[in-house]
Amino acid sequence: MGSQSEGKAVFDTESAKEVVKELRASFVAGKTKSYEWRVSQLTAILKMLEENEQPIVSALRDDLSKPELESSIFEIGMLRNSCRLALKEMKHWMKPEKAKTSLTTFPSSAEIVSEPLGVVLVISAWNYPFLLSLDPVVGAIAAGNAILLKPSEIAPASSSLLAKLVADYMDGSCIKVVEGAVPETSALLEQKWDKIFYTGNGRIARIVMTAAAKHLTPVVLELGGKSPVIVDSDIHLKVATRRIIAGKWACNNGQACISPDYLITTKDNAVKLVDSLKCELEQFYGKNPLDSKDLSCIVNSNHFDRLLKLLDEDKVSSKIAHGGERDETNLKIAPTILLDVPKNSLIMKEEIFGPLLPIVVVDKVEESFDVIKSCGGKPLAAYLFTKNKKLTGKFVAEVSAGGLVVNDTTVHLAEHNLPFGGVGESGMGSYHGKFSFDAFSHKKAVLYRGLGGDASLRYPPYTPGKLRLLQALLSGSILRIIRALLGW
Amino acid sequence: MLPLQTSKTIASMEESIAELRETFRTGTTKSVSWRKKQLRALLDLVNENEDSIFHALDQDLGKSRVESYRDEIGIIKKSASYSLSCLDKWMAPKKGDLPLLFFPAKAEVMPEPLGVVLIFSSWNFPITVALDPLIGAISAGNTVLLKPSELAPACMSFLTQTIPRYLDNKAIKVIGGGADVGKRLLELKWDKIFFTGSPRVGRLVLTAAAKYLTPVTLELGGKCPAIVDNTLSNPSKAKVTAKRIVGGKWGPCTGQACIAIDYVLVEEKLASTLIETVKKYIKIFYGDNLKELKSISRIVNQQQFQRLVNLLKDPHVAASVVYGGSVDEEKLVIEPTILLDPPLDSEIMNEEIFGPLLPIITLKNIEESIEFINSKPNPLVIYAFTENETFKKRILSETSSGSVTFNDSMVQFICESLPFGGVGQSGFGRYHGKYSFDTFSHEKSVLHRAFYPELEPRYPPWTNFKLAFLRLAYALDYFGLILLMSGFRKS
Repeated sequence: MGSQSEGKAVFDTESAKEVVKELRASFVAGKTKSYEWRVSQLTAILKMLEENEQPIVSALRDDLSKPELESSIFEIGMLRNSCRLALKEMKHWMKPEKAKTSLTTFPSSAEIVSEPLGVVLVISAWNYPFLLSLDPVVGAIAAGNAILLKPSEIAPASSSLLAKLVADYMDGSCIKVVEGAVPETSALLEQKWDKIFYTGNGRIARIVMTAAAKHLTPVVLELGGKSPVIVDSDIHLKVATRRIIAGKWACNNGQACISPDYLITTKDNAVKLVDSLKCELEQFYGKNPLDSKDLSCIVNSNHFDRLLKLLDEDKVSSKIAHGGERDETNLKIAPTILLDVPKNSLIMKEEIFGPLLPIVVVDKVEESFDVIKSCGGKPLAAYLFTKNKKLTGKFVAEVSAGGLVVNDTTVHLAEHNLPFGGVGESGMGSYHGKFSFDAFSHKKAVLYRGLGGDASLRYPPYTPGKLRLLQALLSGSILRIIRALLGW
Repeated sequence: MLPLQTSKTIASMEESIAELRETFRTGTTKSVSWRKKQLRALLDLVNENEDSIFHALDQDLGKSRVESYRDEIGIIKKSASYSLSCLDKWMAPKKGDLPLLFFPAKAEVMPEPLGVVLIFSSWNFPITVALDPLIGAISAGNTVLLKPSELAPACMSFLTQTIPRYLDNKAIKVIGGGADVGKRLLELKWDKIFFTGSPRVGRLVLTAAAKYLTPVTLELGGKCPAIVDNTLSNPSKAKVTAKRIVGGKWGPCTGQACIAIDYVLVEEKLASTLIETVKKYIKIFYGDNLKELKSISRIVNQQQFQRLVNLLKDPHVAASVVYGGSVDEEKLVIEPTILLDPPLDSEIMNEEIFGPLLPIITLKNIEESIEFINSKPNPLVIYAFTENETFKKRILSETSSGSVTFNDSMVQFICESLPFGGVGQSGFGRYHGKYSFDTFSHEKSVLHRAFYPELEPRYPPWTNFKLAFLRLAYALDYFGLILLMSGFRKS
């Protein structure tokens, strides 16, 4: 078996050492390198998803009250796609890439060979516990690594189900799950890994990176930030509103790293926007959203209290334009819109990660860019709704974020040709599609040369003639080389 | 070079960074014309100051003009010219293919500068390892603070004095000083740090970077082995092999290079042939003895000299010396030295040598070299002299290193299309050519969508139909979707 469950034994530094030792032995033995092994593991994940859709949906309902559709599509559906893409493309990804060689190293040939990094650690998050655990694992498998997965303890039903399913379906000597919280994660972080892939928040990311530094371990950090949405006037407001709602409340009730965090719009547009949001929200969730089955709940009382703190702050609570209802027993907060909150309020300083949507009002839409820049670190995503090509151009050129979407929200996540990752505070590295394969690979440069004789100019004793020839050779200019060879 | 007072340095350091940040904010460094202007200015800098560079490299390391041109000046000129010719292409957004489901839509990946970057360079290639990353950072549109190594003081002085005369002072700055300056720089916030040096300091850099979640490229080192196989059987091939080994050990800064051959692995029965041929070329290239040594660098300073001398102090190691071994403390010169089978647990076989001592380790069978290499941390390069295609494949798939070069040494460094970087203890991240541009860029994905058509199933309230629709949509099962929508498929 490959997993350890809480309560059975204490998972400490010694246990962590043992687990890593076993994974390293499997890797060194070459188990994970073959194409056949990789295919078998990816196929196993597909089978796992096929045969366990209901238990997965159930676990997500227990942890987050996640609506079935969100579980089926955003967790299972996306994961399935990831596996299928990897199975289809893996042979191609694994092939060495030819590299050009120049006159200077003639005759030679060169290529770049992908090799697995070795033994990797994947630490996942609670909001999309299956997707964010297994999607990086798909990349790590495709690249030929041995893997330890540490799911988030904040989604306990999902963590426990993951541990069981991985043990039942996958090669336990090469892919393991360790459940637990801070002590277990700390024990794992003390070990030497060849790569650490972390999804979560900036505070823990710093701890992960500091631990990685001790062993010179490279990391991918998928974090978050305040993803802004600029809403211009003269657009198809209904469509824009629905897409904003889909990205905010239909994504785990705002608890997603790329959910719209706040909106920016002009004074003239603000009221229309709020009305449109109110109208569509009612269409989607009914008059009493706290009763709607289509909204996730807040994951736990810590986060529930955190969100209420943001909402109930002086000068903020008076700005509620819609919603604000809460149900403490069921950890539910209704979709809430706030209009014109003060810039220095908590809700505008921290990533909200919940169903509260502040709207910042500006005089001219171009001022939005300054608002975004003053809002702290670079976000994971930024969105713009407009028909104005010039504004679009400025947005794309000036707003720095992990990824941008114009006239929609969050859908770029599903496009595997686009690298998904952050910049600055929102993270480093990227994945999805081939980028996942690359994230867990070392790209080894290989140069092939022949032994058919050498230009003496390479070697001492050095003469001015050799210097001239060397200069010519490095310049790559054929004419110059000929001249130097002829002694001119 | 004037020593800088610490408090003055710190205050001016923070002012400098503030200026770099402000310059970046104004967007000056983003324009392609600014970047090209700086790259051209860098070419001018090198072209117009060749003699000063030759002089500084001679002062710091005793490098000859040819070595200085081949390993430093020539490299920078080539790199800057290459970047200039490719810059427009590199800066262009890369289009992405989108499935029909997204239609109409456009996807692209846009490179953008990271912001304010810090470059630490090392002392052994003080011009190349300072200016080559600088070329990458400029090409990618960043503002830069460069901290050259104080262990190559003449070059550091050259850079601190000359760069401000040619490059845009508001965007590109150089700071001198020692380890205390480096330490202080690491306490500040950067958008990227590029470090070339030892694993020990690499850890300090990475730990400091973690505070701000700053991405880092670490170009470290390791013990780069050279496997010598059947190429010694044929006399002309043996000649070329030996020349390339000698050139790959003592050619670059007398072995003080991250990609220099650290040690050689050869079959017992071929060892004496190898040693004799290598000795022959050492004499031809560098001279017969310590007094007549030429065309070779010296050891950088007393500390490194002592370290290398100490490696030979162990009596078993000293007993294994078969050529060379003489040292001149005053001139900081150690003659090219060959050792045959020093004890495997000695320091010389466990630390990166970074100097002119070449251990030759004999094996019963050359295939054992793979296991031998794997028992040590991943090196930056593995060199293998062999014409056995099966053995080549084994080396590639059973060892791990930054890169592998077959039948030569050093030249992979000037191949712009090959990524240059390490793995494991030899570092992570890479540069050279376009990889330099990429290492200092953020690749931002951009998706443009249209308002219509609208897909109703995207929106709540959720129904079985919508679930069925989305399932098919995600699987890109267009046929299934058509069936569903025309009522031929149950939801």
